[in-house]
Amino acid sequence: MKQIISATINGTSCQDAIDDNLLLIDYLRKNKTLTGTKSGCDGGECGACTVLVNGQPRLSCITLAATCQNAEIETIEGESNNGRLSALQRAFHENLGTQCGFCTPGMIMAASGLLRDNPNPNDGEIRAALAGNLCRCTGYVKIIKSVRAAIGTSS
Amino acid sequence: MVEILPNFKLVRPKTVEQAVAMLARSESAKLCAGGTDLIVNMRHGLSDVHTLVEISQINEMQELDLDDDRLRIGAGVTLNELARSNEIAKSFPAIHQACVAIASPNHRNCATVGGNLCLDTRCLFYNQSHWWRKSNDYCLKYRGTICHVAPKGNRCRAAFAGDLAPALIACRADIEITGPQGKRVIALKDFYREDGADHLKLNSDEIVTAVSVKSTAQNSAYKKITVRGALDFPLAGVAVVCNQTPDDGRSFSIAITGTNSSPVVIDVPELKKDDNRQDFFSALGNLVKKSVSPQRTTTIAAHYRRLSIAAITVRLAKTLSDEGSK
Ligand SMILES: Cc1cc2nc3c(=O)[nH]c(=O)nc-3n(C[C@H](O)[C@H](O)[C@H](O)COP(=O)(O)OP(=O)(O)OC[C@H]3O[C@@H](n4cnc5c(N)ncnc54)[C@H](O)[C@@H]3O)c2cc1C
Ligand code: SF4
Ligand code: FES
Ligand code: FES
Repeated sequence: MKQIISATINGTSCQDAIDDNLLLIDYLRKNKTLTGTKSGCDGGECGACTVLVNGQPRLSCITLAATCQNAEIETIEGESNNGRLSALQRAFHENLGTQCGFCTPGMIMAASGLLRDNPNPNDGEIRAALAGNLCRCTGYVKIIKSVRAAIGTSS
Repeated sequence: MVEILPNFKLVRPKTVEQAVAMLARSESAKLCAGGTDLIVNMRHGLSDVHTLVEISQINEMQELDLDDDRLRIGAGVTLNELARSNEIAKSFPAIHQACVAIASPNHRNCATVGGNLCLDTRCLFYNQSHWWRKSNDYCLKYRGTICHVAPKGNRCRAAFAGDLAPALIACRADIEITGPQGKRVIALKDFYREDGADHLKLNSDEIVTAVSVKSTAQNSAYKKITVRGALDFPLAGVAVVCNQTPDDGRSFSIAITGTNSSPVVIDVPELKKDDNRQDFFSALGNLVKKSVSPQRTTTIAAHYRRLSIAAITVRLAKTLSDEGSK
């Protein structure tokens, strides 16, 4: 079965005919060629695929695209503005919060969701918000530091 | 690595009535709420679904009401919404603590209370990819004929590992179930059965619509044993509610998850004011050890799960009974 999905992705509205069983991650990566969102596990375990749906972090690998009807979807590609890094992106870059970079799109989207809800989180709140995002490289300390550095910096 | 989902028809009812009708109409229809358990299992080829009835648009299931009489939580309330309720955190600490211990905030944005109560049972030999299970000749729970955990037994021992159920059962919750004949309400503890392949007393055309508890604030706590601090199902978890009796004793209501195919209710005698506390709590520990039966369904030894859940139960019960006397 197919249906028509209307959604806004990074501010651009789109309409596409998609299969009922299409996962949001495949819709973004394959149909929309937005390959910034990463797939890191068998489903639901690593957070690499985190995107924002209506401002809230969601795992695109276990979300059906067709359930995002009329939703506002944001991916890592929407973070930069006119080629300039967002505050979070810059903070991750400057504080070595990113090494191989595979977890980074998910980390930044989860952190972005946090900062909208709570613009001035303490370390405990940052850790809690990123608890579902795994990283094999950094040991997390520099990720927490990066989010902390982004707080209060405008993009 | 990515396993493509099987083909299915997706329907998105707006009311409970429509959802029940859709379930009744199609064979092998399945409910999907947040999908954080179901879609993972579908990606592993663990479900034959022809029609997926996706219920996140049913507003009547998303109500959270706390009045003088009862706390009623719609089955469609997301775990993050439940976690945000300060009243619940204050009056029902066990429910709040269980809720925030589930998976991760990314999951809790869409994972629901109903999905958590109806969570599939889990096992080392079941929660695996299709090719993994196939190379192992599947198992009794799905597609196979023998149980790799207890090969001589005739039933599946997969563990129920939902965090909310024990907290709600310890609070003596009722569950509301709606089907073609209307609504029925039963005690949540009676909703489960000790069979890993068929652990819910729910017909295929029924939906869990809400869960409710008496709104008397209580002294309670929830604690689970996990390998990691987040993103982890309980190897075992326990909820304890402790109330002061009129003659300054303590009554307990205790429920355990993660050790059996259904939540386990521990029938604890009252701690009388003049009882020897040490004897009472050591008897409680022994009672827990005897009541639970963890199996080889996780990578962590069953024996460890039995000992540690007994120790944690005693610890929580002691702490809560001390707090009550302040
Ligand atoms: C990495 C990871 C870690 C996790 N950790 C935990 C954890 O620590 N603790 C824990 O308890 N869970 C955990 N989960 C499982 C899951 O995220 C939660 O249990 C969640 O609450 C399930 O809710 P859902 O709405 O997403 O359910 P769904 O996946 O939508 O549904 C789950 C099951 O319930 C049925 N169902 C859903 N709603 C209803 C209803 N209203 N009436 C009848 N049947 C219904 C579905 O048909 C399905 O069989 C984890 C999952 C992942 C992927
Ligand atoms: S307990 Fe046995 S039958 Fe049940 S899932 Fe595990 S191996 Fe399969
Ligand atoms: S790809 Fe790992 S959680 Fe989505
Ligand atoms: S930077 Fe490599 S996984 Fe996080």
